[in-house]
Amino acid sequence: MSKLGDIAVKVRSKNAGPFWLTVDIFCGTPEVYAQVCAAVTSTRVAALFKADPAVVDRYEMASLSVLKLSLPRPSIQGTRQDRDMHGASFAALVAELDV
Amino acid sequence: MVKVLIPSGALGLGYDRAALARGIAQNPDIIAIDGGSTDSGPHYLGTGTSKYARGSTKAEWRELMEARAEAGVPLIIGTAGTCGADSAVDWLVDITREIAAEAGMKVKLAVLKSGQRPDALSDALGQGKITPLNPAPEISDDVLSSCSNIVALAGAEQIQAALDTGADIVIAGRTTDTAIISALPLAKGCHAGGAWHGAKIGECGALATTAPNSGTILIEFDAEGFTITPMGAEARATPHTVSAHMLYENSNPDVLYEPGGHLDVSRSHYTALDDRTVRVTGSEWIVSDRYTVKLEGARLAGFQTVSLVTVRDPRYVENIRAWCDDIVTKATAKAEARVGDGFEIELRLIGLDATLGGLDTAAKAGTEVGVLGMVTAPTEALSREVAKVLNPYLLHHPLTEEEEMPTFAFPFSPPEVSRGAVYEFCLNHVLELDDPMDAFALRVEELGA
Repeated sequence: MSKLGDIAVKVRSKNAGPFWLTVDIFCGTPEVYAQVCAAVTSTRVAALFKADPAVVDRYEMASLSVLKLSLPRPSIQGTRQDRDMHGASFAALVAELDV
Repeated sequence: MVKVLIPSGALGLGYDRAALARGIAQNPDIIAIDGGSTDSGPHYLGTGTSKYARGSTKAEWRELMEARAEAGVPLIIGTAGTCGADSAVDWLVDITREIAAEAGMKVKLAVLKSGQRPDALSDALGQGKITPLNPAPEISDDVLSSCSNIVALAGAEQIQAALDTGADIVIAGRTTDTAIISALPLAKGCHAGGAWHGAKIGECGALATTAPNSGTILIEFDAEGFTITPMGAEARATPHTVSAHMLYENSNPDVLYEPGGHLDVSRSHYTALDDRTVRVTGSEWIVSDRYTVKLEGARLAGFQTVSLVTVRDPRYVENIRAWCDDIVTKATAKAEARVGDGFEIELRLIGLDATLGGLDTAAKAGTEVGVLGMVTAPTEALSREVAKVLNPYLLHHPLTEEEEMPTFAFPFSPPEVSRGAVYEFCLNHVLELDDPMDAFALRVEELGA
């Protein structure tokens, strides 16, 4: 079993404004992209963030071999509960998914 | 055709001087640079201050003012002073006056302010003109009046009004990142979808190229689309770097909402003109029924004092969570007995799960753990008081009653540091306007006259 981070070129997470987090999975090739799209379901990603799958927006971008997932931030950026102002570390959580 | 020169993704980030000079040699029609974003957190809007130091900002801004004078075209900055609050605009205006005086420059300056009055917004809320975006915190008159700063994000229309004054320099408060780039091409009749798409691709400077640190790019807008050319010697724009940039810090890669409509790039075509220049056509701009501007607000969320202790004893590292839970319980009880409630003590375990907290699925301790103590309270005095109650626990708390009193490592004396006031974002809403200028204030001043 591989980790997503081992087969993808890059897994990136960033804020999309103070209220949203967006995760970009750069797969590199159509083969890896197909494998990633099948394995990385919105339900699995929602579970990582303890979020409702219904709030996860999913964009499959075959021309770029990118799977993009956007969801409301686990806590609003910069609130007392927030642990990562720029949201970039959430990528590690996604990269550690088994695929 | 309209050529927009973008020196870098933000004033204060720095840029390649040679690339900027090459850009000026291309005879741009305007130089546009972003001055901020929300990405550094609510402190800047909460306090109405800039993230970047005054000296560095002045040095970079002076170079851009000189480049502008050489090119003889307008220079515009949006979201001045990181947050675009009125006080941050005043800060940059003050720097601009200083530079003009020192350099003997004659400058016509237009100042566009985006600050909102809570009472005016309360009226708009009552009239149903404020609509929540998803997800939006609950708002009320009380929330609006509790904000230390509220700004509205200006779009192309307000920037065009500022440019229409004939200004040499426009300093704008909060704007969308794209509006400062799209405004002139739109005013000159360039393709609307191309204007907004090119603006989105350009708003982070050279980030949409193979050499993100080279900063400067030139975007040429025309009747069908736009062409992006990096000015850095080594930088290349490719269909991949350009199309992939729509992903960046954008929740929906095909759509970008702006005042007055939205951009749809799902049918855009990306063509390499050579190995470093990309042309984009087919982008669409869809006009909305209502003209709305997004609101951002920040308010005080308390006062915080932080402490840091590092724990190296293997038995304590192994039992670090139990140790911290016990400290929080005991220190909270002691502080409540002494000063009453209303505060919160949190300990974050650096080296274990400080970054992801309860979401971490791979947390395991190494040889040491840093314990970050965070005390948040309604007043600065209370947050300091409680942090001082916490202090002896972080220094000496034993895992069991039977053992000799341990001592942990404080890197500093005193171990607690006041962070002062802390702020939170509390608006994710749009405001409907009858006229785009209704929520904005524009004035002109002559410098060095």
